Amino acid sequence: MGKSSAMDKEHLNPLGHTVDDAEIAKFAAMAEEWWDPDGKFKPLHKFNPVRIGYIRDHLCARFGRDPHAANPLKDLRILDIGSGGGLLCEPMKRLGADIIGVDATEKSVHVARAHAESVGLDIDYRFATAEQLLADGEQFDAVLNMEVVEHVADVQSFVSVSADLVRPGGAMFMATLNRTARSYMFAIVGAEYVMRWLPKGTHDWKKFLKPSELAAHLRPTGMEIRDLQGVVFNPLKDTWSLNPNDLAVNYLLYAEKEG
Amino acid sequence: MTLGCALAKAGLDVVVIDRDAPAEQQEGAYDGRASAISYGSAQVFKGIGLWDLIEADVSPIRDVRVVDGNQIEGISPLFLHYDHRDLGDEPLGYIIENRVTRVGLFKLAQTLENLILISPVAVESLDRQRGYAEAHLSDGRVIRADLAVAADGKFSPIREAAGISQTTWKYDQTAIVCTVEHERDHEGVAVELFQPTGPFAMLPMTDNRSNIVWSEDPRVVKQLMALDDVAFLAELSEKFGDWLGKIRLTGPRFSYPLSFSLASTYLSERLVLAGDSGHGIHPIAGQGFNMGIRDVAALAEVLVDAKRLGLDLGGPMVLEKYEQWRRFDNVMLATVCDGLLRLFSNDNQPLRLARDMGLAAVNKLPPLKKLFMRHAMGVVGDLPRLVRGEAL
Repeated sequence: MGKSSAMDKEHLNPLGHTVDDAEIAKFAAMAEEWWDPDGKFKPLHKFNPVRIGYIRDHLCARFGRDPHAANPLKDLRILDIGSGGGLLCEPMKRLGADIIGVDATEKSVHVARAHAESVGLDIDYRFATAEQLLADGEQFDAVLNMEVVEHVADVQSFVSVSADLVRPGGAMFMATLNRTARSYMFAIVGAEYVMRWLPKGTHDWKKFLKPSELAAHLRPTGMEIRDLQGVVFNPLKDTWSLNPNDLAVNYLLYAEKEG
Repeated sequence: MTLGCALAKAGLDVVVIDRDAPAEQQEGAYDGRASAISYGSAQVFKGIGLWDLIEADVSPIRDVRVVDGNQIEGISPLFLHYDHRDLGDEPLGYIIENRVTRVGLFKLAQTLENLILISPVAVESLDRQRGYAEAHLSDGRVIRADLAVAADGKFSPIREAAGISQTTWKYDQTAIVCTVEHERDHEGVAVELFQPTGPFAMLPMTDNRSNIVWSEDPRVVKQLMALDDVAFLAELSEKFGDWLGKIRLTGPRFSYPLSFSLASTYLSERLVLAGDSGHGIHPIAGQGFNMGIRDVAALAEVLVDAKRLGLDLGGPMVLEKYEQWRRFDNVMLATVCDGLLRLFSNDNQPLRLARDMGLAAVNKLPPLKKLFMRHAMGVVGDLPRLVRGEAL
């Protein structure tokens, strides 16, 4: 989310320190909208517990933690690429992770900071790209690429950079949409036009990736795919759940780097 | 306090604020009530580690007799008889003195490191913001938390201050509650006697004692409460009958006006209602306490699951799940109990015949009877893990 390319031209400082009070108030208002479970980002709120549980359980298995312990992700250095309003960073922080959220949209960074502050969390959000972090020599125990890859221009380059940000022995998660007739119906016609869950034009179906294509992009990067799960929506219960046999619309991928 | 213990045991940081001092709440003169704990509620008590602390003082209900009439001696042949053996070896439920439950809870709370009890202190105001709730206490302290839970009873000042409305009406009945000792063993039999002026219940307790819940016209109650012990016992013996031999009072009498209440919602910004602050019903079916315990089990589960996912404990996503889960169940049960009361608290002859036929019919139809019994045991519906006897 939050991958719109619109940039605030008046704020060119990548750390966003030149923003005035009126702007901050505006960001706080946007944060409320972003965090409203009945608002624009409703599907993401519903989806969130499923993907958090997936990330938590795999990281706990990888790093020998108890998923029900108080701070199961304590001291794990995690990068959330495309952190948007912070829907993923905040839970990761509460689970004990040392989380860094980056977003290429400056507004999102301010929105996320405003919300984190309102709930008393101190999170390192940066107006930056994955490439910049790599150039700075950053390394992470885990990199999260959730609902991002379907929005980037050069998938291979993006996947390679993300993989290079994972330390040896570390992990990477990806969540995206499959390119199938059903995903077209569900994500474009259903979610954007019929349900009005998402703003029209949020997605470009042609940029959706089949799991095999994503796997091909990952192969040269040294990441080994360990798990693939479909995420299935139940309209009667209004809930999402994991289903390894149905990757046709949304799916999650977990990969590890040797080390 | 029950919720506090459940949450603290599961690793959440909890502050319990109580107006009344613990010592006062553990005295016999504080409250003479006993509660019928369903099998499901007992599972919750086991799950949070309370059961071991109170088990010696609970009395199993092995048998429930529902009688329509004025006196036990003159029971009409049409009556409903629930026997626990119809459903297996487990008792239908237990009678526990509220005082015993409280003593156990205070003991349990002391063993939980992440539970802080502040008492006797009142909440003067609750300041609720987007990101947190802040309680300003009468001793000047300020407690900030992700979420405030109003479990401050039927007249919940916190619910009132939050502007949450409730549907409420008074019953033309007041309950006298007291405990008697009797010569013979009750053998775990609970009796509910329906009279036109209100139900009269005898609930089996430990040591050959029974708890009496005697609902009557408020004017009659006033007279009964004014009697001395000897005269009151004479009146009571007439109702109670002599099937358990001679009876004697073991403590003071209490009286409670009976009413119905249902809050319009359980949620507000950074606030949820649990237990009597959200619903109050007539004790006719002994379900009020159990509804509260199921609130606790559901809320504890929702909060613990959210905590394990790092979600905002006071966020709307988390709280709506609790409300959806509990409100339907509570509204249904409250409505059924209200209907039962109206059906039984009158002396209309055709209605009396109809309900006697109804009771007898239920008695003769094992599947229907089993369903009623399982409802009373609190093991029907989409159950929280604690009610199912699982860990949080």
